[in-house]
Amino acid sequence: MNKIVSIEEAISHIKDGMTIMIGGFLGCGSPHRLIDALVEKGVKDLTLICNDSGFPEIGSGKLVVNRQIKKLIASHIGTNRETGNQMNAGEMEVVLVPQGTLAEQVRAGGSGLGGFLTPTGVGTVVEEGKEKIEIDGKTYLLELPLRADVALIAGHTVDKFGNIVYHGATRNFNNLMATAADLVIVEAEEIVEVGAIDPNHVVTPGIFVDYIVGGGK
Amino acid sequence: MDKKEFIARRVAKELKDGDVVNLGIGLPTMVANHVPEGINVYFQSENGFIGLGPAPEEGNEDPYIVNAGAQCVTILPGGAFFDSSTSFGIIRGGHVDITVLGALQVDEKGNLANWMIPGKMVPGMGGAMDLVTGAKKVIVAMEHTVKGNHKILKECNLPLTAAGEVNLIITEMGVIEVTDKGLVLKEINPEYTIEEVQAATEAELIIDENLKKMEI
Repeated sequence: MNKIVSIEEAISHIKDGMTIMIGGFLGCGSPHRLIDALVEKGVKDLTLICNDSGFPEIGSGKLVVNRQIKKLIASHIGTNRETGNQMNAGEMEVVLVPQGTLAEQVRAGGSGLGGFLTPTGVGTVVEEGKEKIEIDGKTYLLELPLRADVALIAGHTVDKFGNIVYHGATRNFNNLMATAADLVIVEAEEIVEVGAIDPNHVVTPGIFVDYIVGGGK
Repeated sequence: MDKKEFIARRVAKELKDGDVVNLGIGLPTMVANHVPEGINVYFQSENGFIGLGPAPEEGNEDPYIVNAGAQCVTILPGGAFFDSSTSFGIIRGGHVDITVLGALQVDEKGNLANWMIPGKMVPGMGGAMDLVTGAKKVIVAMEHTVKGNHKILKECNLPLTAAGEVNLIITEMGVIEVTDKGLVLKEINPEYTIEEVQAATEAELIIDENLKKMEI
């Protein structure tokens, strides 16, 4: 089974109106080449789930600037002025989610959980419309899982089966999003043969990955 | 000395050997420069590692090792990288001893508002709600007032980051503890009088019986 495809072929699976996840934290660990190809292709009306909307010139923020996003689910939008502009103008719906809740929603979505209980957001606007559940005298919010049609993630060293090793602080949402979408595309810094990665070092197992695009090296 | 520098130095005195610490962006980040000698703390960076070290020397930057403000930093020997779920498990699970954040408003019930001004500024909460909810000790480090306006209030009127989670407020004027009875002024900067501190504070301050001089 050959998972290695061209960037064009990989993003041909992304259609107007889909829900996509993009890994990265302010662009660190984002699949930059896939994002650029998506900007070029111009698919629109996307629902985007990501930690933040990056910067106008870096990361998933480029898709916002290019007006391809209908709805954004993120924890932070402060570094991309365009996100705020489109939100205030009513051109893009923005759902702000505490970062830990967002991470856990993605994790829940990828691991078969129907939701989870978190104390984060109790007593704030985040609790609006959510069920509150008390356990041992402490109040929690019921938060529901998130899934996507396609996840675009970035890995450092990726073998041809899709096993991923990360570098530095790039794991962030990548490792979680790999589990939570119907189709998972990883952009590899370097593609290596199966067996070249010590199984002890694999962070994201290859079974989660559908397509691999490479490779800087 | 610069006000922010003074505040950061005083916050640093709260750190204890072995603490896991998360510092917010801006003034709180400066605390890392003043860790008391002989004390070892572990700085957590919510984007996915522990063992956050100082900025790298020019030319030695690794673009994949950045802090939660996307600035190049380093990771110290003994550090570890992890994904965002583990990172917030650390935060929400009570494994962070101290978090230091700035505030737009903080009130006498320990409520904190620091993530949005409706209609003006909506950057999002990022990791702040989880940090304030999950950390064992929440320290607000900020200038006492903004453009002469009160920030320490009877009741916050901006959207909250978390309800009743703040433990300590450290400003250039003093150190204030949030208690069941209200805000207790524990230390005062000798450059100010109690009356001046109270005038700069909307909430009523309870003056601690053993009010101390604020020292750095």
